[in-house]
Amino acid sequence: MSDDPYELLGVSKTASVDEIRKAYRKLAKELHPDLNPGDKSTEDRFKKVSAAHSLLSDAEQRARFDRGEIDGSGADTPQQRYYRHYADSDPSGRYHSDAGYRDFEGASDIFSDLFGRGSDGQARFRARGQNVHYRLVVSFLDAINGAKQQLNLPDGSTIDLTIPAGSKSGTILRLRGKGHPGLGDGPSGDALVELTVAPHAQFSREGDDIIVELPISLDEAILGAKIEVPGASGRLRVTVPKGSSSGDVLRLRGKGAPKGDGRHGDQRVVLKVVMPNTIDDGLEAFMEEWRKEHAYNPRETSGGNQ
Amino acid sequence: MIFSEAEVVTVVEMISVQELRGWVQAGWIAPAIGQSGPVFDELDVARVRLVCELRGDLEVPEEAVPLVLSLLDQVHGLRREMQSLAKAVDAQPENVRAAVKATYRSLMTG
Repeated sequence: MSDDPYELLGVSKTASVDEIRKAYRKLAKELHPDLNPGDKSTEDRFKKVSAAHSLLSDAEQRARFDRGEIDGSGADTPQQRYYRHYADSDPSGRYHSDAGYRDFEGASDIFSDLFGRGSDGQARFRARGQNVHYRLVVSFLDAINGAKQQLNLPDGSTIDLTIPAGSKSGTILRLRGKGHPGLGDGPSGDALVELTVAPHAQFSREGDDIIVELPISLDEAILGAKIEVPGASGRLRVTVPKGSSSGDVLRLRGKGAPKGDGRHGDQRVVLKVVMPNTIDDGLEAFMEEWRKEHAYNPRETSGGNQ
Repeated sequence: MIFSEAEVVTVVEMISVQELRGWVQAGWIAPAIGQSGPVFDELDVARVRLVCELRGDLEVPEEAVPLVLSLLDQVHGLRREMQSLAKAVDAQPENVRAAVKATYRSLMTG
């Protein structure tokens, strides 16, 4: 394919700005990657055409090209990620419509088996109204402890929602009858609210366990200590054993997220030993003395100082 | 990566907050509902950009945007189902795959 921007757009060297824009728009309608999902060669051509357009619509660049100072690729536009890249890799398929094959259900057993599953994931027309999908971002602690929240919908109405304790990202709450009104006498569809749990500055979560990092001082690490630690539903106390290292994990049983059956996961407290801001002379002198007798190499597999 | 209304307007450049709200109200864009207003992710932002391009260079009139989006969403829905079906067939034993292939060919060539 030619790299000459005039040829790419199909205009003459003397084309006016207006002619160039028109030519570009005509090609864009034909070649836009989002209107041709999956067609790599069209996307490549569109990229070249876009680059040609941005070169020729910039008077200075065009003049430089005409004088032969830059070549046709001189105005590479930054790599754009088109909508379809995101749409193709979106596991929830929330914008996807099944309208293009909904009628297959009647024509084939396998399609009715397969696509009949989706009453949770996809809205479909029957007598009852369509389901409406919402996504709601909830705070980490609301998701663990449960919360009541009022949703202000884009259409101005509101829904009262109870977020169950222990909710995870991806949890879908179904509000019966809060979707679109039915057709004829059909009942209203449901509102399906998918939860996304926002990250928390201190806590993270693995399954039903809550993980928190706990900085401890050098003396606490060596001598052991009882320390308060933030928990998802209030402050907790942990006993740091004598001789703790960074990375040691203390498990507080039953202090994690509710599992939904009355039991709870654990809270895991990951210790991190933090040195004092300044190493004073006394500490330094003591360590100098100490290591004469007690030096150890934690990089050896046995690792201990016993 | 998540974006507020104001951030979407900043990164997309070609759109005003009023327009964005109109598009959300019309259901063209479906952001998540956050505690202090709508929350957009990268898919939503890419879709906002797509609508901007449809309205701009592609000269799709306002009334026709829902039609184009609906068709595109159908294409993406079909692509997703096609990919899943293809993967499902790929996961079958050789003789099943061969049978599927043969039936498929005979259907396509009528």
